[in-house]
Amino acid sequence: MAETLLSVEHLSTVFSLRGRSLFAPNVDLKAVSDVSFHLEKGETLGIVGESGCGKSTLGRSILRLIEPTEGRVVWQERSLTDLSDAEMRKARRDLSIIFQDPVASLDPRMNVGQIIAEPLKVAEPALSRKERRQRVEKVMEEVGLAPEMINRYPHEFSGGQAQRIGIARAIVTEPKLIVCDEPVSALDVSIQAQIVNLLKALKERMGLTLIFISHDLSVVRLVSDRILVLYLGRVVEIGPRREVFTNPGHPYTRALLAAAPIPDPKIARSREKTPLKGDPPSPIDPPSGCAFRTRCPIARDVCAEERPPLAEIGAGHRAACLFWEEVRSDPAVAG
Amino acid sequence: MSDTTTPLLALSDYAIRFSTPDGTVKAVNGLDLSVGRGETVAVVGESGSGKSQTFNGVFGLLAGNAETAGEARFEGRDLLKLSPRELDAVRGADMAMVFQDPMTALNPAMKIKHQLSETLKVHKGLKRREAEAQALAMLKKVGIPEAERRIEQYPHQLSGGMRQRVVIAMALLCRPKLIVADEPTTALDVTIQAQILDLFRDLTSDAGTALVLITHDLGVVAGVADKVVVMYAGRIVEEAPVEALFTRPAMPYTAALIRSIPRVDRDAEAVEPIGGRPPDLIHPPAGCPFHPRCRFAEDACRRERPPLAEIEPGRRAACWFPFVDATSATAHGTPSPEALDG
Repeated sequence: MAETLLSVEHLSTVFSLRGRSLFAPNVDLKAVSDVSFHLEKGETLGIVGESGCGKSTLGRSILRLIEPTEGRVVWQERSLTDLSDAEMRKARRDLSIIFQDPVASLDPRMNVGQIIAEPLKVAEPALSRKERRQRVEKVMEEVGLAPEMINRYPHEFSGGQAQRIGIARAIVTEPKLIVCDEPVSALDVSIQAQIVNLLKALKERMGLTLIFISHDLSVVRLVSDRILVLYLGRVVEIGPRREVFTNPGHPYTRALLAAAPIPDPKIARSREKTPLKGDPPSPIDPPSGCAFRTRCPIARDVCAEERPPLAEIGAGHRAACLFWEEVRSDPAVAG
Repeated sequence: MSDTTTPLLALSDYAIRFSTPDGTVKAVNGLDLSVGRGETVAVVGESGSGKSQTFNGVFGLLAGNAETAGEARFEGRDLLKLSPRELDAVRGADMAMVFQDPMTALNPAMKIKHQLSETLKVHKGLKRREAEAQALAMLKKVGIPEAERRIEQYPHQLSGGMRQRVVIAMALLCRPKLIVADEPTTALDVTIQAQILDLFRDLTSDAGTALVLITHDLGVVAGVADKVVVMYAGRIVEEAPVEALFTRPAMPYTAALIRSIPRVDRDAEAVEPIGGRPPDLIHPPAGCPFHPRCRFAEDACRRERPPLAEIEPGRRAACWFPFVDATSATAHGTPSPEALDG
């Protein structure tokens, strides 16, 4: 079953920012630094981290919606990063994306049918209008939209319905991989659950592989098989869902878990307070050594000197902390 | 602090209507709600439930097409009857508001020290020096690192979490008796959210300030609130002490809301969504506003709207068939039929 669909190898994406004055040199912002992982067919990888950690940039760099600066993305044994534009366009029918803001990501001047059909025109230009329309109506039903709505415009829809349109557009080419970039963050709680369940059902039915990017750890725990934690553009922990949530090896993962709200007054009031102080440092000028050391409750001098390697700490579980055993020996934060 | 019998804030038969080209939006209807001194009340609801408008109305911040009715008494005075000038004297001094986006509350062209000291100069008549000294002390109290440097900066030079601390500091400056915080942590990262919630907890317990926390996030509510008010379609549908609300919700909407949120501390394969869509406030459904989405709805629910009635001391619910022995409502995912009284 272990068929590797996607390998991300030492991927980095650097943005060049204008210097502070006219003659000042440009400064580099390393949004994604040396990220490597692989994805097996049918699995869901959750990517978590705070705003500015590079999780959206990583998702887009994998699809080359943002060109990565270094490294390779290997998709079914072909290097996406080496494809010409024309070849990339062909490959895109297998690779899709769902955005956070459902209404803003839909063109207000196109009706639902046109929006959903758009990727199909590129991926399968040979289809007749009638065939295209049939495909559109079919996916509308799959995502729970009445096909009669095909001529309506985005502003006529609520956020949850608009996200269903976004999902229909993402699956119309029958892709193999979908990057879901905060797909439920803008929705009301009762609607979030509808969309999460829809994504899970579609994944089963279509045999999809998902990259699920979110700042919300509880949603990520619900949908993911494996978890990747990013801090300042680097992977600090990656591993199976249960391991990462119940037995984390990085103090940052632990702090994120401790800070996530739990809807149970007894538990919420008896758990440890968040040990994290302050904000994440600027990615323009990251701290030396371990980037997390400036907020880390257990940092030592050595943490400033060298960057800890992403070391194996369990089966398929790696963490970038020299003191991961210490992190684990504390009583667990989550059950 | 001495007067404990009259609530600090009491809304009664309070209503808000908006006239729109499509018809009248009944945003808030017949609300009875009280906030005691030093109490932390969470007001929970989804978008369109009326939770924010309720308090925008209390602060006189509604849009021009709005009309209010009923009473909103703060320390016995009806805020809805005050002149703009009288209301100005109460706002900022005795009650203050914190919004979701701190940038909307801060003037981008003003240094932090000027924004903060202005409040004190206006409401307390302090001189510049004294006002700035108090502003600095408050910034330190809300946990702004290097407060001496930060106070000389402009809002854009601060991070989102720090800006929200500045806004909280500003709200606290005149030692108000009531703070209303509308989704104060929704725009922030979880680690920063946890810091801000810790701050609110400390401030309310130290200074005895009452806090109304408006939020859609039940996880936030669980850690902070004393009492929880659940709103749906512009009405209160349930009110309970925090512990009881989470362990024994009485109203199906509350129970469904709790079941629909995924938990960070548990493995689960699915969550149970609430079907359907939030109600249309121009043409609200007849009977109970939740009945089209309620799987326990019966004829009575479609015919007549249930009143918000006391179901045990300190608990109210607007439901014809509240889960009386409501332990089963969340423990087993589905309330047993016996739990439906009638």
